[in-house]
Amino acid sequence: MSPDTATVDRETQTAIDIDRTKGDFSFPENHKYDAGVGLTKNTVDYISDVKNDPDWVRAFRHKGLETFFDKPMPTHWATEDLENIDFDKIRYYLSDGQKPKRSWDDVPPEVLETFERLGVPEQERAFLAGVEAQYDSEAAYSNVKEELEKDGVIFVNSTEGLKEHEEIFRPWFGKVIPTGDNKFSALNSAVFSGGSFIYIPKGLKVKHPLQAYFRINSENFGQFERTLIIADEGAEVMYMEGCTAPKFETATLHSAVVELVAMKGAKIQYVTVQNWSSNVFNLVTKRGLAHEDAEVRWIDCNIGSRLTMKYPGVVMKGERARGEVISIALANSGQHQDTGAKMIHAANNTTSNVVSKSISVGEGRATYRGQVHIPKRLKGCKNNTECDALMINANSKTDTYPAITVRGNQHVTQHEASVSQVSEEMLFYMQQRGISEAAAMSLAVNGFINDLVSEFPMEYSVELKRLIELEMEGSVG
Amino acid sequence: MSLVIKDLHASIEETPILKGLNLEIPKGEIHAIMGPNGSGKSTLSKVISGHDDYEVTSGSVTLDGEEILEKDVDERSRDGIFLAFQYPAEVPGVSNANFIRAALQARLPKGEELDAVAYYKNLYSKMDVLEMDRKFTARAVNEGFSGGEKKRNEILQMMMLDPKYCILDETDSGLDIDALKIVAKGVNAMRSPERGFLIITHYQRLLDYIEPDHVHVMSDGQIVKSGDKSLALELEEHGYDFLKEGELTNA
Repeated sequence: MSPDTATVDRETQTAIDIDRTKGDFSFPENHKYDAGVGLTKNTVDYISDVKNDPDWVRAFRHKGLETFFDKPMPTHWATEDLENIDFDKIRYYLSDGQKPKRSWDDVPPEVLETFERLGVPEQERAFLAGVEAQYDSEAAYSNVKEELEKDGVIFVNSTEGLKEHEEIFRPWFGKVIPTGDNKFSALNSAVFSGGSFIYIPKGLKVKHPLQAYFRINSENFGQFERTLIIADEGAEVMYMEGCTAPKFETATLHSAVVELVAMKGAKIQYVTVQNWSSNVFNLVTKRGLAHEDAEVRWIDCNIGSRLTMKYPGVVMKGERARGEVISIALANSGQHQDTGAKMIHAANNTTSNVVSKSISVGEGRATYRGQVHIPKRLKGCKNNTECDALMINANSKTDTYPAITVRGNQHVTQHEASVSQVSEEMLFYMQQRGISEAAAMSLAVNGFINDLVSEFPMEYSVELKRLIELEMEGSVG
Repeated sequence: MSLVIKDLHASIEETPILKGLNLEIPKGEIHAIMGPNGSGKSTLSKVISGHDDYEVTSGSVTLDGEEILEKDVDERSRDGIFLAFQYPAEVPGVSNANFIRAALQARLPKGEELDAVAYYKNLYSKMDVLEMDRKFTARAVNEGFSGGEKKRNEILQMMMLDPKYCILDETDSGLDIDALKIVAKGVNAMRSPERGFLIITHYQRLLDYIEPDHVHVMSDGQIVKSGDKSLALELEEHGYDFLKEGELTNA
């Protein structure tokens, strides 16, 4: 690096950071229900009371709370930064007590303005089959195109799902991700609120994506949405989620649980683009269950947050099931993206694919943790894992912890990892063509993730590229 | 109007490489610099374009009267300096079309968008001159390119960016005769009263196809001899041994 490394680095850091100003605004709070600060049995009962939970759900929450208290913080393998989450200072439930509206006209003005600024109604008009927009603990808006409803598609929030559709909801709820899976899945089980319940009937292929947008508006708050998506035999659906929060001085917690169930021959694609502000602890558990000939794909872009821990997984339970995780993580200074994938092969001839690309800038830290499990009794299983890291300047940190447990010898696994840098030589070359340092950096980053960006739906990939490019060009000089 | 280098001294990690170099390249002329390995030819190209590994200790470089040594690399490029690299860098994942487009976009005023249709039309016409396959636009910049493809790509970029002064650093190295002819065709197509060229080469071969107006010999960080194109032929015949003997030094 040049002698004035510090300057270059700072510029570069700002340069590569994408446009987070878009989500950095908030409105005064207007909550009818507030569970208060801290987490006790009373907090859980308060939430259950407000939501008028059936008894089995209340019991489920109580068990979740106990499990949460019992489980130690996983700092024996994860970062000690987790110790900085002060569970006594967080508010676990905030809502205005309104049911989600089916028309944007009925949504409170400040909530409407929020989602308009985030472009949600516009996207809905342009290309979405249904939208749920969550504001703090509950959905403010939820709607699905009429023809889908006629076809039997269910797209509601979790509260409505468990009450109105118990017969479909309950058999799978908490089954893909048991309460005790980890400390944060237990926390979510205790205080969950919001999130989507989706059911796609047999053989129905939903052409346009369904989208959920999770918005945090309040300070000292924890958002704990719970999503369950079931695609019945031969059904297909793509679900997209976006997330933002304003930048507060204090830490915000986002801890979701997402369970996907793909029945025989079904296909679920779950696309996430998170753009959290850098005070958010984002600790999310996501897993899909793929039955015979079914496919579950997680396409995940993690930008922002103070700490993200997220390892989407697929349990391939039926023969010829397929699981895939495609992920992009961008860790800027003050951020730690601890992401990865879990592929559990539980039937013959199952196939999994993991492609992970991380970019670390400045003091930013990217960690990849992968787990691939193929037991001895199976045959004909395949896994491909690729993880590539791009480092921008010498302070960045990246580490890879792949764990591939393959027993038996009738399987094919492949693992590749690479670490590369935006070299001085590459930058000089691009700058000599008249491209500014920031734009050159942006090009290099976009080039690095280019093949993965094309996996995102068009509307998202365009947005992704544009955000990265614009922000980098605008921030230098 | 010219690119003027005056008494230029530059070092890398405290080691002086350029030691008082003087050179003037008026628009409309092609100047060739020849010289043995280690004489500082490539350093000169890097210093003019602003590589920050090199420290300019004294002297000046002016582009049409304006000092450029304080400017950033990208600014110098937009001012009209183009360097065709001896070893062009690879830019993985970025297509040639997008790369050149970004370079052209960087030359437009803020808020103005490059006309994509006109851009491709222009790009394809230049590629035709260089006999490049259309598929080339979708390939990542220099990634997996052969030596000849890389050099052709340099010339393509040069043609697209329409610079005022072109510096070609050992563009002939690693080229077979057919590729050399194509590269020369590109350069000759760009010859214009509005453009100056500095061609750095170790061998006379390239100058068979790109006829220089002036030939300079560089040694130990200075221009030690200048002449017309016959000097290149002379060097080809006798080599650089004269530098040691000092025979031609003051000729």
